Amino acid sequence: MSSETEKILTTDGIPLEVSLKKAERKNKIKAFLLVAPLLLFLLITYIFPIGDMLMRSVDDKMVTEMLPKTFKSMEKWDGNEMPPEEVFEAFYLDFQKLVEEKRDGKLSTQLNYTKNGFKSILKKLRRKAKNFEEGNYKEQIMAVHKRWADVEYWRAIKRRAPAYTTSKYLKGMDMYKNEDGKIVNVDEDRRIHRVLWLRTLEIAFFVTLLCFLMAYPIAHLLATLPMKYSNLLMICVLLPFWTSLLVRTASWMILLQQQGVVNDFFVMTGLVADDNRPEMMYNKTGTYVAMTQILLPFMVLPLYSVMKTISPSLMRAGKSLGGTPFITFWKVYFPLTIPGIGAGCLLVFILAIGYYITPALVGGASGTLISNQIAFHMKSTLDWSFASAMGLMLLAGVLAIYWVYNKLVGIDNIKLG
Amino acid sequence: MALPKYTEPHYRIWHYVYIFICTCVFFFLIAPLFVIFPLSFNAEEFLSFSEGMKNLDPDAFSLRWYKDMIYGTKNPWGLAAKNSFIIAIFATLGSVLLGTVAALGLSSRHMPYKGLIMATLISPMIVPLIISGVAIFFFMAKAGLAATHTGIVLAHIILGTPFVVITVTATLSGFDHSVTRAASSLGSDPVNTFMKITLPLILPGVISGGLFAFVTSFDEVVVVLFLAGLENTTIPIQMWTGLREQLSPTILAVATCLIILSTLILVTAELLRRRSERLRGINR
Repeated sequence: MSSETEKILTTDGIPLEVSLKKAERKNKIKAFLLVAPLLLFLLITYIFPIGDMLMRSVDDKMVTEMLPKTFKSMEKWDGNEMPPEEVFEAFYLDFQKLVEEKRDGKLSTQLNYTKNGFKSILKKLRRKAKNFEEGNYKEQIMAVHKRWADVEYWRAIKRRAPAYTTSKYLKGMDMYKNEDGKIVNVDEDRRIHRVLWLRTLEIAFFVTLLCFLMAYPIAHLLATLPMKYSNLLMICVLLPFWTSLLVRTASWMILLQQQGVVNDFFVMTGLVADDNRPEMMYNKTGTYVAMTQILLPFMVLPLYSVMKTISPSLMRAGKSLGGTPFITFWKVYFPLTIPGIGAGCLLVFILAIGYYITPALVGGASGTLISNQIAFHMKSTLDWSFASAMGLMLLAGVLAIYWVYNKLVGIDNIKLG
Repeated sequence: MALPKYTEPHYRIWHYVYIFICTCVFFFLIAPLFVIFPLSFNAEEFLSFSEGMKNLDPDAFSLRWYKDMIYGTKNPWGLAAKNSFIIAIFATLGSVLLGTVAALGLSSRHMPYKGLIMATLISPMIVPLIISGVAIFFFMAKAGLAATHTGIVLAHIILGTPFVVITVTATLSGFDHSVTRAASSLGSDPVNTFMKITLPLILPGVISGGLFAFVTSFDEVVVVLFLAGLENTTIPIQMWTGLREQLSPTILAVATCLIILSTLILVTAELLRRRSERLRGINR
């Protein structure tokens, strides 16, 4: 038989294979078109703005654009001795233009970030520059203040020439690039971010652990009780789950305050003296207690859905083969619940590591997390590029955990309620 | 959970310890919510139980803070409630529409790059809210939508769609596609098939996804904190400001109303879940 006759044709005379491929492609396009509106919407309003954060976090064009002539003339300067006259002239022209446009304040803030002491000498230069004579700018500028005659300050200006910088990321880890371009730690007493990162990890870890220890027994109870009781108890888990986060935080603020219900109870039972009520809020304790209660349902639900599928006959089989209840639990039941434990722990950890509202309200100074620092820079210092850098560092961590989660459980298996 | 008669004493003790632990955890979960109820009826301005309340003196209880919530001078709650409902309703409609359509595409076995696209669509749920807040703020500021209702609605659609996508795809996973093929073979066009066959069957999933989207929007504070101006204040924003500045019992009155609302939503969601399981033939 020749290959011609083997080809099966449809009624239109087109080979079946071609026709099938065409139909498949049509279906593919159809399915994609259904997803397209949401995908496009998210790309424009969400994914690209996260990319924009990346751009902002490394962006350092501000100074580059403010001193264009200076940086051009500095290209030839090696930075060992004082820069030549043309650099001074270019700097004078750039600076005069900034003064005219009233942007010299921004420049002094920016340069002060790089090296302390620029603010005052730029102010002085602004005052004196009005009376400058044409020519020989080098001597005139150096005469304004002795720091203008210090090569260190000119090197500091040169360091701001590149349009992109990693300095925000280094700052987020309490490091900076020193004069020689080496990455070094900041002074011990100024390291605030590393403490915050560690505290965020620590709180997220212990909240996850506490949630696991509390959720395991009740998920087991819910999964083994008869339906009519477990449905009722399930409400105790689901009601907090559906209740506003702020309402739950508010209730903890009432319970934990110094004149609050928990302290009243301690005094009543004689555990603590009335004039010696412990502080349970505006510190780490408050953050731990409130976050554990708020995140507990996210641990119970995945554990419950896994435990529900474990047949009780397995435990009976274990016991009939001579295992004590503890051995049977440890060797048979516990290993079967590991997928649920993994899912619950990773979910709670991911949620805890990026928590903002509850720590901000009950955490005080010692119980706040990295998210609070990001919000602080967004709203108070307005250092948006630093906030972006910190945000992206946090995001990288979360995505790494999410990747593990996806490998272990699969995102398709996320269940709600 | 009655124990058989032959249980040995130390297991019996362990069993009671276990029941005790469970009771404590359930208490820890649910009790904080119930502190708010009695305190919201406090006649005094304090946020702890007064002597009169402990003795159940009727004069110690009043509706003062509920009146303040509704009629109080320069009270922000009316405007906040109006804004919250408007924003949540439009955000829910948007999320349900976009999410359901996308879920239909995702459940098709012809969908290319399913894993990658699913991960993208779910991402607003995984990314910490503070980062979403920053990113969305940058976009809205550029688009000129900061401090507008439209901007907040769009932001809440972003945060709400993952829930709709997840619940509807879950419903569709048990969906028998031969019914739609049967409809097509009987001459129905795709839109008609969707409205008459598919939608009624997946409706419980769509509604419960919508409930999630509604609650997400109604309870959302991080992103709104970045976006809202004075005109766009919402209930969570007012609560946040109230909790930071001065804890007034009016907040407890609002909180009580919110707990009642969430109880209603919980009951609806549970009924829908059971109906959905019945429709899909899952019997437990």
